[in-house]
Amino acid sequence: MSEEYKSGSKLEKVLRAGQFAVTGECGPPRGADPEVIKKKCALLKDKADAFNITDNQTSVVRMSSIASSVIMMQEGMEPVMQMVCRDRNRIAIQSDILGGAALGVKNMLCLSGDHQKFGDHPQSKNVFDLDSIQLIHTVKKMRDEHKFLGGDEIKGAPKLFIGAAENPFADPFEIRVPRLAKKVAAGVDFIQTQCIFNLPKFEEWMKQVVDRGLHEKVYILGGVTPFKSFGMAKYMANNVPGMDVPEELLKRMKDTPKEKQAEEGINIAVETCFKLKEMKGVAGVHLMAIEWEEKVGEIAQKAGFLPRPQL
Amino acid sequence: MVIGERKPFDEIMKMIEGHNKIMVLGCGGCVTVCLTGGHDEVRVLSSQLRMARDKDGKPVEIIEKTIERQCDPEYIEGVQALLPEVDAILSMACGAGVNFMAETYSGMAVYPALNTTFVGGSKKEGYYVERCQTCGDCKLYFTAGICPIARCSKSLLNGPCGGSTKGKCEIDSEVDCAWQLIIDRLKSLNQMDRYEDFMAVNDWRSNRDGGPRKMIREDFQR
Repeated sequence: MSEEYKSGSKLEKVLRAGQFAVTGECGPPRGADPEVIKKKCALLKDKADAFNITDNQTSVVRMSSIASSVIMMQEGMEPVMQMVCRDRNRIAIQSDILGGAALGVKNMLCLSGDHQKFGDHPQSKNVFDLDSIQLIHTVKKMRDEHKFLGGDEIKGAPKLFIGAAENPFADPFEIRVPRLAKKVAAGVDFIQTQCIFNLPKFEEWMKQVVDRGLHEKVYILGGVTPFKSFGMAKYMANNVPGMDVPEELLKRMKDTPKEKQAEEGINIAVETCFKLKEMKGVAGVHLMAIEWEEKVGEIAQKAGFLPRPQL
Repeated sequence: MVIGERKPFDEIMKMIEGHNKIMVLGCGGCVTVCLTGGHDEVRVLSSQLRMARDKDGKPVEIIEKTIERQCDPEYIEGVQALLPEVDAILSMACGAGVNFMAETYSGMAVYPALNTTFVGGSKKEGYYVERCQTCGDCKLYFTAGICPIARCSKSLLNGPCGGSTKGKCEIDSEVDCAWQLIIDRLKSLNQMDRYEDFMAVNDWRSNRDGGPRKMIREDFQR
C-alpha cells in the first residue's frame, strides 16, 4: 500500500497506522427528522473510528445515506456511506459518489443490496445495472484514474476509501475466498464481514484468506452483533439469509434467564471481539448493534478498544 | 419458447365489456405448446365467456379462430375476411402477437387474454421455468451454460450475493441460487478458474435498454 493516503479518512489512517480499527453502524430514520440521527450519533460518538450509514437496508425506504452521512459529519463523526446497486444505475451511482465526496464523505461501502422483496415496496423495479464488484471497480477508476466508467475525465476526482462486505458463511463456501480475491482485484481497500457467530468457520475462511496473502492487500474487519435476547438469536438463525448461528450459542442464550439475556448477548459479542483481535489477518471489528446503538460503547469498552486513537 | 399465462377471468370480462361480437383468436406457436393460448384454450375461454355473459343478460357472439402464428404477417392476414363480423379481437397470443394484430388492423380493438411471462421451457408437462432474459449478449460461455442474468434474482455477474444458502436464493427457498448452479457446473467441467475472471460492467444496449430491438437479415431484404 502506497505512502500517500487514498482518502485521508480517519478509518484509513487508523488502519494504515496498524491500529486495530473499530467501525459502528447507524441506520437512518424513516422520516425527515434529523434529530433521530443526531441522537444515535450522541450514543455512538468516540466509540468507534467511523460509522456505516446504511442505504435503505432490507429494502425499506429511509432517509438517504448521503444526507444522513452529512448530518453525522455535522456531529463531528466520520461516516462510511453505504451504497447499494439495487436502486441506482451507473449514472446515478457516479453522480451520488461525486455528491457524497463533495460534501466531505471519505469512506464508501459498495454493496449489491438486499432484494426489494424483503422491503416495504416489493412491487418496485430493481436496477442492478452494476454488481458490487463492478461498483468497487467503478469507484477505484473514478478515484485513481480520474475517469468515469464511460471513459470521460473527471475534474476533481473523489477521494474515497473503498469498502465492501463479504459473507464468509454464505454458500457455496469454497468460492467465498475467491470472491474476496475478486473484490481485492477490483480495488477494494477494506472489508466488513457478515456478523460472526460461527467462529470456527470464520477462522477457516480467515486461514484461506491468509494463505492467499489477501490480508496484506485488504483490511478485514470482522462483523460483531450482540443478541438482545434468545428470540433475536433464534430469528437471526432461522430468518436472516446467509446467517450462521451455531446451536451451542442458541442454547447458551436459551439457558440464560430472560432478564439476563441482553447481558449475555453482550458477553458473547465481547468474547468474539477478543478472539478476532488475536486472529491473524483481522485488522479490526465492525460492531453492528442493530437498533441498540447505546451498547456499542459498552462492547468497545469491555473489549478494550477505548479510547479510540486520535489521528 | 415464450411462456404465457391466462389473465384472471374477471379482467378479461372487463376488457370485453360493451362488445357484443368478438373473435377469440388463438396462436399455434409457443402458447399452444405451453397450453395457454392454442385451439383448445380458445374453446374453453370462449365457452366460459358465453356462459358468463349469458348469466349477466348480455350475451356475446364469439368467433373462435386459431392461426399458425400471430407474430407473422403471412398468417395474420388470414383473419382479415372475418373482421367485418366482429368489433374486438381477444388475442390469446403472447404480447408480441397482440402487438402484431393491433399494428395490422387499425380501427379494430385488440385485447390480450394472456400475461406474457417469460422465455423458458418445460421441465415436465405443464411445468414451465424461465431460462433467458433476451439480454442480447449471451454470457453462457463464461457461466457454464447457466444464465446469471435470467436466473440470479439480482442478475449479478461476478458471483453469488451473501444471501445464497444451501443452494437456494435469499428471495425464496424454492428458487435455486443461479450462482450455486454455475459453480457446481464449473467444478464438474474443471473450469473453476473462470470464476475469478472479472466480468466487466455490462453493456445493456443490446438489452431493451437500447430501445426496441430488431434483427434484419439483409440477404432477405431484396
